[in-house]
Parts: sequence; C-alpha cells; structure tokens
Amino acid sequence: MLWVEIGISFVKIALVLFVVLTLVAYLTLAERRISAFIQDRLGPNRVGPFGILQPLADGVKFIFKEDIIPDRANKPFYVMAPALSLVTAIVALAVIPIGKGFNTTLFGLLEDPFYVKLQIADVNAGLLFVLAITSLSVYGVVLGGWSSNSKYSLLGGLRAAAQMISYELSLGLSILGVILLAGSLRLNDIVEAQQKIWFAIPQALGFLVFMVSSFAETNRLPFDLPEAEPEIVAGYHTEYSSMKFAMFFMAEYTHMIVASALMVCLFLGGWYPLPFGGWFGIDIERYWYLPPIVFIGKVFFLLFLFIWVRWTIPRFRYDQVMKLGWKVLFPLGVLNIIVTSAVMVFVYK
Amino acid sequence: MVSYINLLLFFCIVLLFAVGTLILAKLIRYQDPNFDPIKIQPYECGEDPVGDAWIRFSISFYLIALIFVLFDVEVAFLFPWILSLSKLGLLAFIEMLIFLSILFLGWLYAFKKGDLRWERQ
Repeated sequence: MLWVEIGISFVKIALVLFVVLTLVAYLTLAERRISAFIQDRLGPNRVGPFGILQPLADGVKFIFKEDIIPDRANKPFYVMAPALSLVTAIVALAVIPIGKGFNTTLFGLLEDPFYVKLQIADVNAGLLFVLAITSLSVYGVVLGGWSSNSKYSLLGGLRAAAQMISYELSLGLSILGVILLAGSLRLNDIVEAQQKIWFAIPQALGFLVFMVSSFAETNRLPFDLPEAEPEIVAGYHTEYSSMKFAMFFMAEYTHMIVASALMVCLFLGGWYPLPFGGWFGIDIERYWYLPPIVFIGKVFFLLFLFIWVRWTIPRFRYDQVMKLGWKVLFPLGVLNIIVTSAVMVFVYK
Repeated sequence: MVSYINLLLFFCIVLLFAVGTLILAKLIRYQDPNFDPIKIQPYECGEDPVGDAWIRFSISFYLIALIFVLFDVEVAFLFPWILSLSKLGLLAFIEMLIFLSILFLGWLYAFKKGDLRWERQ
C-alpha cells in the first residue's frame, strides 16, 4: 500500500509540475495577445495557428541564448537567485486542493479501492505553509538585485524588499477573518466551510485587502515598482539573460497562479460553483472531475483579471505604494479582524 | 505525516528541476569564444559604470524593515488566537482588543514620527 501511495504521489507531482509550467508558458502568450487586443494590435500570431507555438519558440530561444554574467557580480548568489525564486514560487502550490478526490483501483490492479486526493500534500497547517513559502520569495528577488552589482538592480531589489514585506502584513491580517469563519488552517476545511456561502461575501473587506495585497506581492501592475521599466530599466533582473532571466519570469507568473488559487480557495468558494448552495445535490464523489473544472475555471478568470488590470491601470508612484500599504490597507485589515471577531463573539457566541 | 513526506518530495523534485534546467542550459547554449569584455560590464545606459553599485541607500528602507518585524510578530500572535476564539469566547476577545490597541498605539507612534512617510527632505 505504501508503494502505491508513493507512486501516486510521483504521478501527482509530475502532473502538477507539467500543468503549471505549461500554464506559465501560455500565460505569457495570453498576456501578449490580450494586451494586443486591449491596445487594438495583433500580437504574436506567426508561430503556429494564432501564435499558439510562440511559448515553445521562446523557450527554445531562452535555452540556447548566450548567458552573460556581469564581471563585478557576486557569482554564487547571482546564479542561485533565479533558482531560489522559481522553487519558492512553485512549492507553494503543493497544498492547494483543486477538488476532493476519488476512489480508484488502478484499473483493477488493487483489491481495495485507493482514495486519491486532488492535492499533493494535505497539510493541516496548509495556510501557514503557503504564507511562509510566499514570504521566502522575497529572497530570490533581493539576492538577484544585490548580487548583480548594478545600480538599477540594487534599486529594484530594495524596492521589492520594502514593498513585499509591507504588503505581507495586510495579507496576513486579511486572512485572519477567513480562518475565524472556517475554524481551521487546512485549505480543504476552508473550502468545505464555504459550502453555504462564499467567504467573499461576509469577508468583503478582507477579500478587497487580500486582493490588493496579492497584486502587490506578485509585483504586478499597478504595483510593479520593483521592475518599473521607465525608471530603473528592468529592476532586479536588469543584468540577467538567457535561462536565468526566464526563471525569474516563470517565477513571476507562477506567483500569479499561486495568488489566484489562494484567492479562489479562501474567498471564492474553491470548487463550489455558485456563491450559495454548494453542489445542489450533485454527488461530487461520483462526478469527481467536476470540482477541478470549476476550480480551474475560477483560477483562469482571476489570471485574466491580473492581465486585464495590468493593461488598464497606470503605475503608482513608490511613495503612494508605501502609503497605501501602511496607512490604508494595514488599518483596514485590523478593523476587519476586530469587526469579524466581535460579530463572532457577540452574535454567534 | 505522509503529507509532509509528499511536501518534501515535491520540494526536492522542484529543486532538481530548477537546478537541472540551469545545468541543461549551460551545457547546450552558445558561448562566444572570443567575446568582447565590454559585454560583461554592468548596464548603465551605455556609459562606463561610475563607481561602485553597492551605494548607500535611503534610511527609509531600514525603518520599514524594522517596523515590519515588529508588526509581523504581532500578526503571528493573532493566528493561534483566532483559531481558538470560538472556544475561548468573550475573555479572549477583550484580551486581544487590549493587545490590538497597543499595536495601534505603536502604529500611531510610527505614523506621528513620520516613519511611515516615504518622501523626506
């Protein structure tokens, strides 16, 4: 039985890795096509029909491209930074549940049916794990910025550090309300607790704070000050080229996927299709493939939102970013948690 | 326990993937045998770089980092509290209100001192 379990774990890990990397590749294409659509251009449409082979061409180019390490760079950290950033971005996906699970006998190979969970690791402190891993991602960016030994990189790295730690506070605060309503840190339990109503409705303020903070944590516009191209060239990855640059890029898009998946898990009802009423009596143990479809559909919508926002809203100034984080979102997060806990204590006992 | 083993397995495989990609790229990419050393200068808009890049930077970054450490510890305290609030009830709520008001006082102090203000003279 142990061997079956390990084998299934390997299959799940391979599947998740494959899906995430493909998704990241096609997100870059989606970003370029959608931005082209928004700006009334065509976008890349030459490689394959509608440009669908463009990510492959990009990948091949990244691998074969000459790699340049600046002469003054701190080499070990310079090489380590992109790998660190990518690893911390992908590992956070391990605890995200995309559905409940199903029984299988592996086409009759096993005597007893084996229950496969649609999640790599069902950790009971899942939410804490995600928070811990996503806060580690600041190291990749800062190390990359510092070790390049270029002024633009250093500025980008410093900005990234200050911005990411500032918004981490409001991110943590906005999650507390959800934990109180669900009574657990396991992401499965949190999704289950939303069967009657999505937490985005009773926790509307928390959802808003979480969403804005996660846009800032992923360094996406309107908060992409760490790589603001009109000011500091490309920020922390100015000096990076070839595969190392690609890894920073992949890390950024993986962060978007993690942020979207977390938003779906915590506030948008996970695998429940509508804000009310759960599955309306559909037996999801039998039709086990329905929850993942719903979950991934919601993630896709949020990813589209990320891209849509990027090409619609202009960039903030850095002092405005810090002001928003410390003087608006942080107090709002505290207010949200006080109100939520007061309602819990006085109304629901 | 099994879930933590899965977690470790996932971490190892992702790490292997990241390192493997870097090594693969190193093995098969084109490397110009006689490249111009000017190519590996740090980028500075086409000029020769002036001075060291590890310059002194604004004190604001240190202040933000310090304030962050303080408040993040307090947020970390809130996690176990919120998990057991439904069992502990009113007393825990009042205690946390006191705790949060001290947190608020600290925030107000930083606000008044101007440590949260980015633009400086």
